[in-house]
Amino acid sequence: MSAVLEVSGLTVDIPVPSGDLHAVRGIDFSVDKGETLCIVGESGCGKSLTSLSIMGLLPKRAKVSADRMHFVGTDLLGMKERELAAIRGNRMAMIFQEPMTSLNPAYTIGNQLMEPLIRHKNASDKEARDRAIYLLERVGITAAASRLSQYPHQLSGGLRQRVMIAMALMCDPELIIADEPTTALDVTIQAQILHLLAELRKEFNSALILITHDLGVVARVADKVAVMYAGKIVEAGTVDEIFNQPLHPYTQGLINCIPVPGKTARGSRLGSIPGIVPTLIGDIKGCSFRNRCAFAHGECDTKDPFHTLSPGRGYRCTLDVPACEANAKELVSA
Amino acid sequence: MTGQTPPPVLEMRDVTKTYMIRRGIFSPKQPLRAVNGVSLKIDRGDVLGLVGESGCGKSTLAKILLGLEMPTDGEIMIDGKPVDRDGDRKAIARRIQPIFQDPYSSLNPRKTIGSIVSLPLRVHKVGDPLTWRKSVEDILDIVGLPRRVYDSYPNQLSGGQRQRVAIARALIMKPEIVICDEPTSALDVSVQSQILNLLMDLREELNLTYVLISHNLAVVEHIATKVAVMYLGRIVEETGTEALFDKARHPYTKALLSSVLTPEPGLGVPDSGLGIAFPNPINPPSGCTFHPRCAKAFGPCSVDKPPVIMDADGRVECHLYA
Repeated sequence: MSAVLEVSGLTVDIPVPSGDLHAVRGIDFSVDKGETLCIVGESGCGKSLTSLSIMGLLPKRAKVSADRMHFVGTDLLGMKERELAAIRGNRMAMIFQEPMTSLNPAYTIGNQLMEPLIRHKNASDKEARDRAIYLLERVGITAAASRLSQYPHQLSGGLRQRVMIAMALMCDPELIIADEPTTALDVTIQAQILHLLAELRKEFNSALILITHDLGVVARVADKVAVMYAGKIVEAGTVDEIFNQPLHPYTQGLINCIPVPGKTARGSRLGSIPGIVPTLIGDIKGCSFRNRCAFAHGECDTKDPFHTLSPGRGYRCTLDVPACEANAKELVSA
Repeated sequence: MTGQTPPPVLEMRDVTKTYMIRRGIFSPKQPLRAVNGVSLKIDRGDVLGLVGESGCGKSTLAKILLGLEMPTDGEIMIDGKPVDRDGDRKAIARRIQPIFQDPYSSLNPRKTIGSIVSLPLRVHKVGDPLTWRKSVEDILDIVGLPRRVYDSYPNQLSGGQRQRVAIARALIMKPEIVICDEPTSALDVSVQSQILNLLMDLREELNLTYVLISHNLAVVEHIATKVAVMYLGRIVEETGTEALFDKARHPYTKALLSSVLTPEPGLGVPDSGLGIAFPNPINPPSGCTFHPRCAKAFGPCSVDKPPVIMDADGRVECHLYA
């Protein structure tokens, strides 16, 4: 398998007045050509910082370190800003959450779409324009040629998000990172955009990292899933493994929280995870989920082991697999 | 009134809201019918789910219900009595209260929680400063917030706690109807379920009636008792939750339902077949406004307005069932 991106031991620390905020605390993952990896977690778990650190877009004061961060064989960590800029938007592209704030309001759609191709591939205006029109049509925008002269505020949210996707695809990237690409959109548009992303990923055979907190999205598009909590990956596996055999109590809790039509009785109480995410400032000992976990015990105060069950499948808990499976049953019946 | 069924707690008859929109400096103003002849009845204790894509008019409808916008046409009745058109805003506000989507922007960052939650009491001059604190503390208990947050500021609270504050503020006047406009979509998954559980509990304890505006159909299916589907200012289908989710009739409802991503791996992303072109509300399509996106459109759809069909399964506006 040819890994497009391989990350191990990634940490991101952000200095704050009261110490260092350990936003990402040593995470490992990889994504192959044509594969979709979903990173799931709630706000503040470090999933967006992870993607920004891959893209090299974190502010200077954030301290990023990793044992390994390889993009198609080249080391991203040692790279100078100029070298990184040559990759960014070219071989590695990002789709941001809010198309309103990530498109420049002062430039036309066409201008912003054509820029990466002209800049990275030395394309002529004509070539860039043709590609922009082609991609706008591919993402399902009608009257593409006339859109090029429009400004972002003239488009609806769904259209803007499509423009963002088209922009990310301009240079045929090997890796696309999409940070909550559909959170702000209607269900109908969400389904269409995800459908489109899946289709385009197949067509261009790029790797996709999708960051989301919506388990519905994860279930439908992911090949592999990494569940993040408080800066660490607490469970990883294929999408079937995560949904059919969730081992970490946090994953189990998340799955319990959402009503599933046809399965959850209408009007019944939904599962919930009590408490809130702990602060990540200063030294953190033991399992960071223990204050919200129904199965926490003495060992959890000091230990936080990660068990690898097979390549790509593992979980972080002091309990063994049979105990975790028993917990899952208990949570469902509670 | 003996022997009669009580009038619906909230009723709308042919409510229309037209905005005059100018598209360029020199072009004449054109009408935009954000809400176009909506009739709805909500009985006490009901949870009415209002669903539809953005731009369909559901938020305008919510504003009309809250008295923040006056309808251009039509009548709103509370307990069978028409609401004064020229706006007895305060009277409406005592009985209908909102919970908004984003608890980060709907709470004034410079006021304490106590001040935010007690504001309705002060506005309506209910009680006196001595009882205000007590009332606020009582309502904080009800929504599951510790009393110590009374002197806190919104930025000291988490998203879920802020939404609880918003709920407390909505409930302190003991309203009968609460309009929940996307109450959980700004929250994390684990917190969403807490807020939904709270809303369901409060409804039972306080005998509340909800209008739940949401694009999360799984949430609507879970807590609504009846559902109205809006498209371009019209309610195209309205029926009980079970009927809607088990045997939807309007092609738009079907497309909406097929777009829901349930957490079941292996099913892939559905294609609703809707296309992207949400029509321009200033210049809506002829006949049935949904026909350009409808997979089942046939002859009369592009010409005639669809008939309103009312039967045991609810209300639907579609030529297919004529």
